[in-house]
Parts: sequence; structure tokens; C-alpha cells
Amino acid sequence: MADDREKSGGSGGGAASDADAHAAATFAQLPALANADAWLVQRGRHLSTECLIEIGAVPFYASIAAGRIAALERGPQLMRPWRFAIRASARSWLGFWQPVPLPGSHDLLALAKRGELRLEGDLAPLMANLQYFKDLLAAPRRLFGGVGS
Amino acid sequence: MTVELEPIQGRYARMEIGGRRQRLYFEESGAGIPLVCLHTAGADGRQWRHLMCDPEITRHFRVLAFDMPWHGKSTPPEGWEGAEYRLTTVGYAEIVRAFCRTLELERPVVMGCSIGGRLVLHLAIEHAAEFRALVGLEAADFQAPWYDTDWLDRPDIHGSRLCAALVSGLIAPQSPAVFRHETLWHYMQGGPGVFKGDLHFYRVDGDLRGRIGRIDTKRCPLFLLTGEYDYSCEPADTLRTAAQIPGVEVAIMKEVGHFPMSENPARFRGYILPVLEKIRALPPSSVQA
Repeated sequence: MADDREKSGGSGGGAASDADAHAAATFAQLPALANADAWLVQRGRHLSTECLIEIGAVPFYASIAAGRIAALERGPQLMRPWRFAIRASARSWLGFWQPVPLPGSHDLLALAKRGELRLEGDLAPLMANLQYFKDLLAAPRRLFGGVGS
Repeated sequence: MTVELEPIQGRYARMEIGGRRQRLYFEESGAGIPLVCLHTAGADGRQWRHLMCDPEITRHFRVLAFDMPWHGKSTPPEGWEGAEYRLTTVGYAEIVRAFCRTLELERPVVMGCSIGGRLVLHLAIEHAAEFRALVGLEAADFQAPWYDTDWLDRPDIHGSRLCAALVSGLIAPQSPAVFRHETLWHYMQGGPGVFKGDLHFYRVDGDLRGRIGRIDTKRCPLFLLTGEYDYSCEPADTLRTAAQIPGVEVAIMKEVGHFPMSENPARFRGYILPVLEKIRALPPSSVQA
């Protein structure tokens, strides 16, 4: 399920910006944040999947094994398969990671309703583990002084 | 050892609702003006416990909250196992009116949240004379869907976990963790397909667009309060609805989400006490049937 957007710059539009670089550098710390959270890993113990998380122009491929981030690889990688994708602009992710996000930026599905975040592919693993993914993707809030979701 | 007893009392009441015998669980506290509280979709009357334990409220109001059929400790009607549960506008209004009738509540105030808030608008349109005042929390004539409700009731996905995970984002980040998780616990305890069935009313059957102009607040005062972090019923949805209702009082609650009474009771108190004060002070001319 290679995607044209990966080559053309993703949902951030155009080449990677400073915001993309900042957000991507933040997101790259996700494995350490997630795997250190024993309760998050425990809650994801029945989950093993591959997903694409797009931070503006920068795609990341997450391999999740029994709730742990086994690998988080920065792309793009041609023809790399994934089960589902979550795509949002760097600005939207940075708003979501604020310690106290503004209304509408505070939840993945709030962003989706506003058209700032797109969910694609087979959403069953996401929906079956929705709180896990909400908490996982909110983990970078801790880097900004927040407490996660 | 001293037992710390709350003033809330719970009872079961049997009544005819929509031509069927039903057994409803309800809780109440206080004395005075009857204040019937309607819980959100997929939850139950426990959401209102903080109001029932607030002496500032219960010394003037008899606060009552029932669990809708299929919810909480109420029993689903006989034969429930043979059909998909789907709440309708008429069916929901009949539950509220039957409850008020059966308990012989004289022109109660009804306060509902979310689907309860939508129903409050329906009551204001169709049955205003029966009520002293109406309060809609997180209420609007319509709001855009934000997920596919088919996910809520599938054998391959844990429904109670999904229901809670979906609504978790409707709680404001500032709400205390203890009340956030208590609110989510209620969602984890709903029966299979019940949240989805409630949302049939919300999404399909209860669209009030085009009918709001019939609300007459001189006949029955109406108050609308919505949390700024509610992205299911957004403040803009409530404000759009309120703009069609002369005389309505509307407030957008800061640092509150979709469950004001249960996610942040202290903050909600600051918004609801003045509303209840105004209801107490209604002149006889505006409370006549």
C-alpha cells in the first residue's frame, strides 16, 4: 500500500518544514516513551501490528509487538505495507502534544472530525485498541511537560 | 465506627411505558422542586450523583435520575433478546413522561445531557406545558457524526472498552483524573449494542433542524450549557441552536467537556447553581401550565 503522498510530501504539503522537522524529531522518541510505560505495554499485550503514522511530510512505520514498539522507522520506504495509517500535519501533532491542548486539538478523533487527521486502511486493530493508540500517540506530551492522555 | 452515608436513595419503580410494562431503577435526593436528570447515551443515572449530594441543591430541589431501560440497573423489557435495541424520539420522550407521571411529579424541571439534552429540546417543542423549566447540557438540534457507530457492537471488538475509548476524548483535559475515569467506567458497563442503540435517536431519528423555531421560552424557560471541549456537541452547535430560540439562556462552559456533571462536578457546580437559582425565582406567570 505504498502511497503517492509519501513521495509528494505527505499531508503537511510540500517539502519538510521546520515544523515537520521539530515534530518528527519529537515523534522519533516514541519508542523510549512508550516502552518505558509498563501499563501501556500491558494494555497492548494482545496487539501486534504494522501502522504508518505520518507527521506532516515525514512518514514513520511503527512495528508493534505485544504492545511494545519493536521498531519505529522513518520513511518513506517504497511499497512498505501497513495495516492502517494515521496522517496529520506537523502543526496538528504539535497542537495535540501540548501539555493542555486547546479544544479540538485534544483528541485524535477531535482532529479527525475537524479534517486535520486522516485514518486510512483496515481500522479494526485501531478500534480494538483505541485507548492504547490514543495514549501511545499522546505520549510525546510528556516531553512538553504534560502527562499523556 | 461511623458509616458515611450519602443522602442518595435508590428504588425500583414499575410503570407502563409505550404499552409495555417496565421496571426502572431510579435514585433521588432532596426535597422541593422536582428536578429530573437524564443521563447520556450508553451510561446511566450515576452520572448525577454529585448533584444529589450537594446540599445547596437538594435543600431546594428533589433531584431524581432514572436509568433508562437497557441501562444501569433498569431491566430491559421482556423480549429484548429478540430485536436490536434502537432508541427513538417518541420512545425516549415517553420514558421521561411516564416516569414523571408515575411518580406524580408536578411540573418538574428536566435537565438532560447529550441525548438527554437533545430530548430536552424535543420536550420544549412538543410538551413544554408539562415542565417548569428545561435545561439542556451538550444539546443542539443536530450535530455532525464523528465516527461510524457500527464499530460499537461487533463480536471481534470489545464493546465496553471501545465505548469508553471513544468518549474519553470528549472529557476536558483539565477534568480531575478520578472523575474522568469514573465517567469512563460507566461506559464500560453498558450492555452490548446499547450505546449504539441510543445513538440511533441521536443520529437518525432525533434530527430537530427546522423545528427549533417552535420553542416558546415564555411558556417554558430553557437553558443551554455546553462544554468548550465537547467535540460531539460543539459549542458552535449549541450556539447555532440557541440563535433560533428567543429568550433562551446559553452558556459555554470553560475547561469542561461532554459530561459536565460527572467529569468535573466542582466546575459544573459554578455553572448550574445560578441556573437553578433562576429556576427557583421564576415568577408564577412563567410557570403556569
